[in-house]
Amino acid sequence: MAVSPFQSKKFMVPFSLFWFVWISAHQLALYKMGLDWFTALTDSVVSNTLLIWGTWLVFTILRYYLPRKEGIFNLFLLVIVLTAAWFFAKTFIMNAIYPKNSVYMQIRNTTLPLRIGIAFLINGCVTMFAYAYYNWQEKAEADKQKTEAEKLTREAELFKLRQQLQPHFLFNALNSINALISIKPDEARKMVQQLSEFLRTTLKKEEKQWLKLDEELHSLQLYLDIEKVRFGNRLTTRIEADVDALTMQLPALLLQPLVENAIKFGLYDTTEPTQISIRAMAENNELKVVVENPFDAETSPAKKGTGFGLSSVQRRLFLLFGRNELLQTETKENIFITTVMIPQPQTINEEVQQ
Amino acid sequence: MSYKVIIIDDEPLARSVVKEYLQKHAQLELVEECSNGFEGVKAVQQHQPDLIFLDIQMPKITGFEMLELIENPPHVIFTTAYDEFAMQAFEANAVDYLLKPFSQERFDKAISKWMEKNKTTDSKATENLLKEAARHPQQNERIVVKTGSKIKIIPVQEIHYLEAADDYVKIITAEGAFLKKQTMGYFEDVLDGSLFVRTHRSFMVNIQEITRIDPYEKENHVALLKSGAKIPVSRAGYPKLKSILGL
Repeated sequence: MAVSPFQSKKFMVPFSLFWFVWISAHQLALYKMGLDWFTALTDSVVSNTLLIWGTWLVFTILRYYLPRKEGIFNLFLLVIVLTAAWFFAKTFIMNAIYPKNSVYMQIRNTTLPLRIGIAFLINGCVTMFAYAYYNWQEKAEADKQKTEAEKLTREAELFKLRQQLQPHFLFNALNSINALISIKPDEARKMVQQLSEFLRTTLKKEEKQWLKLDEELHSLQLYLDIEKVRFGNRLTTRIEADVDALTMQLPALLLQPLVENAIKFGLYDTTEPTQISIRAMAENNELKVVVENPFDAETSPAKKGTGFGLSSVQRRLFLLFGRNELLQTETKENIFITTVMIPQPQTINEEVQQ
Repeated sequence: MSYKVIIIDDEPLARSVVKEYLQKHAQLELVEECSNGFEGVKAVQQHQPDLIFLDIQMPKITGFEMLELIENPPHVIFTTAYDEFAMQAFEANAVDYLLKPFSQERFDKAISKWMEKNKTTDSKATENLLKEAARHPQQNERIVVKTGSKIKIIPVQEIHYLEAADDYVKIITAEGAFLKKQTMGYFEDVLDGSLFVRTHRSFMVNIQEITRIDPYEKENHVALLKSGAKIPVSRAGYPKLKSILGL
């Protein structure tokens, strides 16, 4: 909501000063025309108080209703209506105070066209000023929002960079390769290729990009294969996807942090062999992905439910869809289940095609 | 002269690199390989090795937590892939560490450094290191204790209060009391100050467990916990407790 200028001292001081000078000038002009001081003052005060009310009215109206370019004609109408209202109100009041053929009435009648003209001009100026003022305020507000959105984007980008680098994963994978080189050179070579392909697909992806599920599952598979070499027999994985889900779409790099989180909890929270499972299905025209990993309920209290990896996914889903319930976690005995729903609106398909 | 060595790392390939590099050092005898901290504690007690190679990030308990459970821990060469926090702790205490993947040359250098150092034991460095490591983001939410031959992981929010007991600190939870060879000062340093308050020279209390604070004798107070336990609050402890509870 725009702020009314009547609340700011910066506006009220010159505003009051202007009307004080204007009322005095008005009075002086009538005095010069032959009215006595008191009558001149009465006329000036009545006339200008009505105009000040009009000013207040214009600011209040425009505060709630600011016409776009097409509605600018409405402002013109507003000025005419205001001037007419001013004229009738003033005539009504002055007629009640002064008799029909007094000196005042004669002078008033001769100056009438001029005074209507001036009132029209004042109303016009005020309306234009109010219009410019609120437009400026709206623009400042929009600028602020834009800056904030840009900041968020930058943060997301930085986060993405860190996500991609995943130093812990990368250095451990390199260490595994280092070990394999002397004992199983063929496997070392295979792992170098897997790691390269994984890094390449990850680096290529853009945060904004939407991908088909099968592409995303392919890079997850690469990632899990590398982890399997690292952890040996301790890690087994299962990836299942319904055929109709495979062609559905999802934002790039959305599932990666979920799977990383599952690995982290599954492998570091127990000393037992760990199975990570990923299942994807279509549900009510939305893509549903379920990630499961074992955890130790005794030493990892449920509050750990949304770790850093998960909260960033939640945030991204919110930024994309404006919904907070798309990511859910639950625990069943010693299994931690993360479920993510990805809406598939028509507009998304259009965006992908562009 | 031969030295006993143990490798503790959860990744088989990471162990195999160390094993391979060890072959060049005939005086070092590999007595056991462990894939987690639990096995590590057991093996260290059984073999009393001269040197261990220890990974930080391992299942259940970290390498640091494992060391805390061992009395008079042996010399350690840490091996880690990437852990900014751990590296800071190592640097600060001049403890040698190997960043994975490391070369045979770098490994040899660490061994010769240890050989020199071996003659002058510096347990102070390990102690300081562990103190620092207790602030590790992975660790500062739990305390690892040994009860008999079992190892117990206590999430800090499950602690009701801590009580000093000679060289030990008694950790009281709903499940009972656990002893940890530590000082109260250590826990005051390590535990989250917005959750735990040292109300008395010998007591530290989890503020979420407090139900009531009553005056006691002249100028002292006593905090009543949900469990029914009564914790002394000294004259110095009372204002601390009040400010944290926002009274």
